[in-house]
Amino acid sequence: MANSLTRQNRAGWLMAGPAFALIVVFLILPFFMAVAFSFTNQRLVSPNPTEFVGTRNYERLFGIATLTLEAERDETGAVVMRDGAPVYPRLRGFTRDQERYPQYFRKREWFSFERAGNRRTYVLASDVVFLKAVRNTVLFVLVVAPVQAGLALGLAMLINRRIAGINVFRAIYFMPVVISMVVVAMLWRFIYDGNDGILNNLLGAMSFGAMPPVDWLGNPWTALPAIMAMSIWQGVGFHMIIWLSGLQTIPASLYEAAEIEGASRWQTFRYVTWPGLRNTAILIMIIITMQAFTLYPQIAVMTQGGPLDSTQSVVFQMVERGYGKQDIAGGSTISVFLFLFVLSISLLQGWLTRQRP
Amino acid sequence: MTRKTFGAVLAATTILAGAVSAQTEVSLWYHGAGNDVEAALINQIIDDFNASQSDYTVVIESFPQESYNDSVEAAALAGNLPCILDVDGPVMPRWAWAGYLQPLPIDAASIETFLPGTKGIWNGTLYSVGLWDAAVALYARQSTLDELGLRTPTLDSPWSQAEFMAALDAAKASGNFDYALDLGMAWKGEWFPYAFSPFLQSFGGDMIDRSTYTSAEGVLNGDAAIAFGEWWQSLFAEGYAPGNSQDGADRDSGFIDGRYAFQWNGNWAAVATMNGGVDDLVFLPAPDFGNGPVIGGASWQFGVSATCDAPEGAAAWIAHAIQDKYLAAFSDGIGLIPSTPSAAALTENYAEGGKLEVFFGLSEAQALVRPVTPGYPVIAKVFEKALADIADGADVADTLDAAVDEIDADIEANNGYGN
Repeated sequence: MANSLTRQNRAGWLMAGPAFALIVVFLILPFFMAVAFSFTNQRLVSPNPTEFVGTRNYERLFGIATLTLEAERDETGAVVMRDGAPVYPRLRGFTRDQERYPQYFRKREWFSFERAGNRRTYVLASDVVFLKAVRNTVLFVLVVAPVQAGLALGLAMLINRRIAGINVFRAIYFMPVVISMVVVAMLWRFIYDGNDGILNNLLGAMSFGAMPPVDWLGNPWTALPAIMAMSIWQGVGFHMIIWLSGLQTIPASLYEAAEIEGASRWQTFRYVTWPGLRNTAILIMIIITMQAFTLYPQIAVMTQGGPLDSTQSVVFQMVERGYGKQDIAGGSTISVFLFLFVLSISLLQGWLTRQRP
Repeated sequence: MTRKTFGAVLAATTILAGAVSAQTEVSLWYHGAGNDVEAALINQIIDDFNASQSDYTVVIESFPQESYNDSVEAAALAGNLPCILDVDGPVMPRWAWAGYLQPLPIDAASIETFLPGTKGIWNGTLYSVGLWDAAVALYARQSTLDELGLRTPTLDSPWSQAEFMAALDAAKASGNFDYALDLGMAWKGEWFPYAFSPFLQSFGGDMIDRSTYTSAEGVLNGDAAIAFGEWWQSLFAEGYAPGNSQDGADRDSGFIDGRYAFQWNGNWAAVATMNGGVDDLVFLPAPDFGNGPVIGGASWQFGVSATCDAPEGAAAWIAHAIQDKYLAAFSDGIGLIPSTPSAAALTENYAEGGKLEVFFGLSEAQALVRPVTPGYPVIAKVFEKALADIADGADVADTLDAAVDEIDADIEANNGYGN
């Protein structure tokens, strides 16, 4: 059987052909087009011919400069203070002046820090919104990946028992996964509503009215954590099922042996369950990381990147530029960056979790 | 449908198709799918036109408004544009620049009396014309004005900035309202540039320098614009208006329920507000922030695509559609402002003494179209984000500087958009 399949290549290609053609047209070709577009000024709608612009799109994304300023002093030479902090000259004087300060032209403050001697160093970037998006996305992955994986494992161990009605619990935990993220995000907007949202009502009732309502999605400090919490809730059921399948591959005889040896519950988990889940854990971490990096529908539905860019994400910016602002080249540049970034993290994960002799 | 009736319909359409095959087919795309009233109105115009002459047959295809622009852009890339295109006023220059539209071959004299916002003119050439315009006003209750002891502003003598802020202060101090002013921050997207850039223009700034259309430097981040930004930020920081996280439902019902004292809203919401139980609704003109009172203009319009085989037929249909009776029918059907005074006289709401008559005056006196440049879609996005950020407390000058940089970079990347 195997022989005839390997020999008759034509039939094999014919059968694989349709799928192969679709993959080439819709996955492989767009990938190479994105790489090519990122070195041009390609627009979505334009009568102008597309031109090669070299690495300009990448320079715009990653352009960074630093600027150290002295605090302002009055006539007597004393540092001018306002609200207990020294006053510095406005950055506009430097960033709007192409003649004198070409290195700062069209850059914007990303962050700054105080230095000794009433000096302050400003880190200026050409594309602050993009850098904030990268920071938010990385933060999102760093929080969501471990918390979601851990919760999913906890849930999987809870429902990995043979008691009556356990399938009801499995179904309940799995339910959010079947609902589209867009729908979930719409519903959670009502939960997080700043005036009379369910969460605020609940917290108010539990604290007997002591807790003032919080505008969860309208406050730069709570917006990203709120989206993280919702994303974890939505995705945890899926990973629970994967953990569960891993748990069920561990032979019951190992647990019996542990019991006979007098192992505590922790020891059973540490020396029987966890080693048995090693491959499942690697799979789950890689899947969650890759999913978390493509953070988009929650942002598009709930916050549009606001307030004050606190929920910008890389994919949201990609769509916003390529499609919203019709700058296909800019969007392609971000997608190339995201590809390389996720690829290197996956390679790192693969290296960290490699089988050691 | 039973098999028998299906057969009958098939036969009928076949005969029909055979009968009209001698005529030139003119395709029309329209943005109003899903709205039965609108569909009936536009179909009426098409049926009348098809019956009135024998050279052309206009065939309509409707799209939902949200995906209309995407459909047109996709069709243009594929070379499948229809003959007659429905186009949103501020987007028209982009489509003209991109080569989707051809100059509209109709007699300029026939649209002389049209409201300025309904004429799609770019680089001195007419590309599109609209059957209606929209206008924005400050909604208030006469009883609120009386209770707070406020002068009723008029077109000739609108509120100054000081009077406007005094009105908001009075409303806030009365304690009767959750917020003094509802700007409609829940309506994301085009509402921001459409409804709020007029404030900036009244302060003396703009979204772009209209004398050259090549830069926003000094206009969107000049002293006037910064004064506007500071004022805009204070509306939210000092609790006059609900901010970016306003709920859409609050936007719809907050003024009607009496939780907002004033509401910045369009004429399309007027009938619903009156039906919602606001008996003494008055429409106040935009305040004058120093450079004259301004509101946004231009709504959906019709143009002829560049690839149309029968531009005469398309133009004939547009000339047919802009008759007063159809303008009036659209106005009565969906509450829009008819494009001409003579059509306004035929309508229920915009005729003399009509409930919405004031909007016609507003549109005539205060309307300023959004920047007429192919770069507008990007300007609109950048402006929306800048205003949202300033409302959230971002530094005004830095935010406007960043907006200017983004607009200027986009113009450069497009070789000046032909300017």
